[in-house]
Amino acid sequence: MENINLITSEIFISLSLMSLLILGVFKNNSSSIVYNLSIFTLFLSLLINLNLFSFNNFYLFNGAYKVDHLSNFMKVLIIVSGIFVMLSSSKYLKINKIFKIEYPILLLSSILGMFIMISSNDLIVFYLGLELQSLALYVLASFKRNDQLSSESGLKYFVLSALSSGLLLYGCSLIYGFSGSTNFDQISNNISEVQYGLTLGIVFILVGLAFKISAVPFHMWAPDVYQGSPTSVTIFFAILPKIAALSVFIRFLYVPFINLIDQWQTIIIFVSIASMVFGAVAAIGQKNLKRLMAYSSISHMGFALAGLAVGTNEGIQSSIIYISIYLLMNLAFFSCLFMLKRNDIYYEDLSDLSGLSKNHPILALCLLISLFSLAGIPPLAGFFAKFYIFLAVIKEEMYFLAIVGLLSTVVAAFYYLRVIKTIYFDSQTEKFDINHDIGLKISLLVSTVIILIYFIYPSPLQALISKIVIL
Amino acid sequence: MNFPILSSLILLPLIGSFFIFFNKSSEKNRTIKYVSIFITFSNFLLALYLWYIFDKTISDFQFIEDREWISGLINYKVGIDGISILFVVLTAFITPLCVISVISTIKYRLKDFLIAILIMESLMIGVFCSLDLVVFYLFFEGGLIPMFLIIGIWGGERRVYSAFKFFLYTLLGSVLMLVAIISIYWIAGTTDVQELYKIGIDQKYQNLLWLAFFSSFAVKTPMWPVHTWLPDAHVEAPTAGSVLLAAILLKMAGYGFIRFSIGLFPVASEYFVPLVYVLSIIAIIYTSLVALMQDDMKKLIAYSSVAHMGFVTLGIFTMTQQGIEGSIIQMISHGLISAALFLCVGVIYDRRHTRQIKDYGGLVSVMPKYAILFMIFTLGAVGLPGTTGFVGEFLILLGAFKKSFIVAIFASIGVILSAAYMLWLYRRVVFGKIVNADLKNIVDLNKSEKIILWTLAIPSIFYGFYPEPIFNTIDVSINSLIQTYNANLDIYFAGKN
Repeated sequence: MENINLITSEIFISLSLMSLLILGVFKNNSSSIVYNLSIFTLFLSLLINLNLFSFNNFYLFNGAYKVDHLSNFMKVLIIVSGIFVMLSSSKYLKINKIFKIEYPILLLSSILGMFIMISSNDLIVFYLGLELQSLALYVLASFKRNDQLSSESGLKYFVLSALSSGLLLYGCSLIYGFSGSTNFDQISNNISEVQYGLTLGIVFILVGLAFKISAVPFHMWAPDVYQGSPTSVTIFFAILPKIAALSVFIRFLYVPFINLIDQWQTIIIFVSIASMVFGAVAAIGQKNLKRLMAYSSISHMGFALAGLAVGTNEGIQSSIIYISIYLLMNLAFFSCLFMLKRNDIYYEDLSDLSGLSKNHPILALCLLISLFSLAGIPPLAGFFAKFYIFLAVIKEEMYFLAIVGLLSTVVAAFYYLRVIKTIYFDSQTEKFDINHDIGLKISLLVSTVIILIYFIYPSPLQALISKIVIL
Repeated sequence: MNFPILSSLILLPLIGSFFIFFNKSSEKNRTIKYVSIFITFSNFLLALYLWYIFDKTISDFQFIEDREWISGLINYKVGIDGISILFVVLTAFITPLCVISVISTIKYRLKDFLIAILIMESLMIGVFCSLDLVVFYLFFEGGLIPMFLIIGIWGGERRVYSAFKFFLYTLLGSVLMLVAIISIYWIAGTTDVQELYKIGIDQKYQNLLWLAFFSSFAVKTPMWPVHTWLPDAHVEAPTAGSVLLAAILLKMAGYGFIRFSIGLFPVASEYFVPLVYVLSIIAIIYTSLVALMQDDMKKLIAYSSVAHMGFVTLGIFTMTQQGIEGSIIQMISHGLISAALFLCVGVIYDRRHTRQIKDYGGLVSVMPKYAILFMIFTLGAVGLPGTTGFVGEFLILLGAFKKSFIVAIFASIGVILSAAYMLWLYRRVVFGKIVNADLKNIVDLNKSEKIILWTLAIPSIFYGFYPEPIFNTIDVSINSLIQTYNANLDIYFAGKN
């Protein structure tokens, strides 16, 4: 008998998802109830997950599903960011008239897909999870269906993502063909020497995964999708799928293929450097804040991958720390974006921020903190994220990666500074509305304060993550 | 456990800035003004007390606080020795003057400026106290944020350009230092400076590490050819920003050279001495010549700063007792005098809103008090005997003569040039006939300006005549620094032969 207890939160989310769907269909005007209940669902599953936090290395369903510290931590990250995303975006949805019952349900099913991805220890289960989360995201990207940009972004994301899923699936089949198994642990046991078919399979899967975290050269969709989707979906895109894909990266590279590290390390290093540099350079000319954040996230994913390229436990842990802090910074930035509202219209251009600090000093300060943190300036949290990465990278004497990465932060600092310049140095424009709902305020305040005071006591997060030992 | 006096020095301004942050920001709000003056002044008193109880007879670090910070990796460790204490006192001394100057001159967003200055003070005291490389880096880089805002929000016309240039130049220099710091962690197993002094760093890594640290400090000093951000930043920054920049920010690099470059990488320092000499000489002569050509007063003083910092780097890398002591005195003297000179420019800029030299002339007849003070500081910058400037330059030249005759000759040319541009500046601004009719009804110094400038003038003359207290403080530490340095070199060369 399988120990079903370990997947209580997955079961709970799927059950509540279905019941919420029924509730939404049969009850009129229930979108608000469904939305709040979804948040409540996430909250309960957070509690469930925290309860399971100490379980490590448990296998279910003949080793196809794995519960360990990595999966527990990543699931908690996903739920926490899911809660904050939903808290911060409810008003945006209402004003843009996309506050429908499908929205929270799609979010929940995407999160469920991510859970499956994170825990998967088998190529088939992994693919199922990936598709569940992607399918929900296709719909979410084009959720504002009267809007041309939104529909375009949904379609673009769908076509490219389907292509990458195809490649990924082909990679899975190659790996199955050459190793005789789809289970990660068994693949690891079965492969004894380098086979080109196997390498090709790894490359195909890496392409698919790199697409999901929008790493160069598979980043083309990100700017358009970020810009076109409703902001509430963009924030989701910016955070959650990346957490999930990163944990699959870790599990996929370090469990079955750790012995083939020579085969994939160069690829990851290349992707990492290309993302860091491209993300930094391409963002310079951007005028739309969401587009800017797309490039910024490309660059940040490069840093997270730099940690994975190292091939040590420290590297993995540094990547996880990176993604946790990245989550906070994005949350803070997008929460600020949700506040740029005037007469029920949301503004998202760089020029709209002009002189913000005179009219809205607190909001401007929050943006300042999140931007300097994104740029990695000490003593803010973003610096520590990069610090851990480079600590791991330099330990393995990969100086080239470290120096290119750090130089790209200087380039990246330029465009963050440009935003700060617009906020603080330019002349003011009209005021924005200040009647924000409490959820948005909470998510902004919590994320900014954590970024700001992280440096006082950085040990707890580190202690938590140092438990995650893959190798 | 003893009272954590260093942490209090670091935290006090930060707490003050919090208090100001939660205060109402109206122009009439006097609380924030009093609070900021009170906080910075009490911090100064605390620093003086620290200097008083500081044991001048031992070379080791004192008032050490060591707490676990990033568990298993880095400790929060602060402590001071004879080299750093003077910089702490200087920082605590300059900041209240900046606050007073800001309160009387800044017309908009006063509250934000005060917060920025207070945060700045915390970070800079942190730089001089920290005994761990990562903690040092944190304070060193953290200073960029408030300074960027100070230049950008309250600066002049080209403030955006200058702020960006300042930020990106310094960041570019510093990231390499971060790589070096992390490398040191893996090479030596710790970033604790005290430990590193004991165990030393493997010689084969020293040259590269030295260069990485050098890239950061050279930008911050600033040394030729990476000095170009400084004139821009100075010209566009508001007066108080220039003062902070000149008096304290530039000293972080000089301090870094002494503490880290020489202390941690003796072999590499010896190896790169010629490089530093050449760059310093170029800085001294070239920027002095450039200073001669300036029409803008602030720019002139900024270039003179570069030249003076050239003396400092020259003195440090003579590796002699005189040279290093001279450099420290030169840095402190420059901290007082250039701060005062920028304030002097600020005084007339506030009245006439121009910094062009040709718009002035004949100020002596309308602003006699101003003329006296300006004279004192001009002579201090020239290095006239009886000012701290003289003591510093004299000792540096003494150290340089000991090591290389040619270098000393070139450096002496710099002394002549500095007299040329400063006195010429003074003549054009203060003497002569009043050509510009607007100048006739210009008002002389007001009360707060007088207080600030006299407070700066008195120590720069006092320590010029009686530098004993400074020598007393730094002597033992520098002596031991040089001894360790020479001992390390001996070991190295003995191993080589």
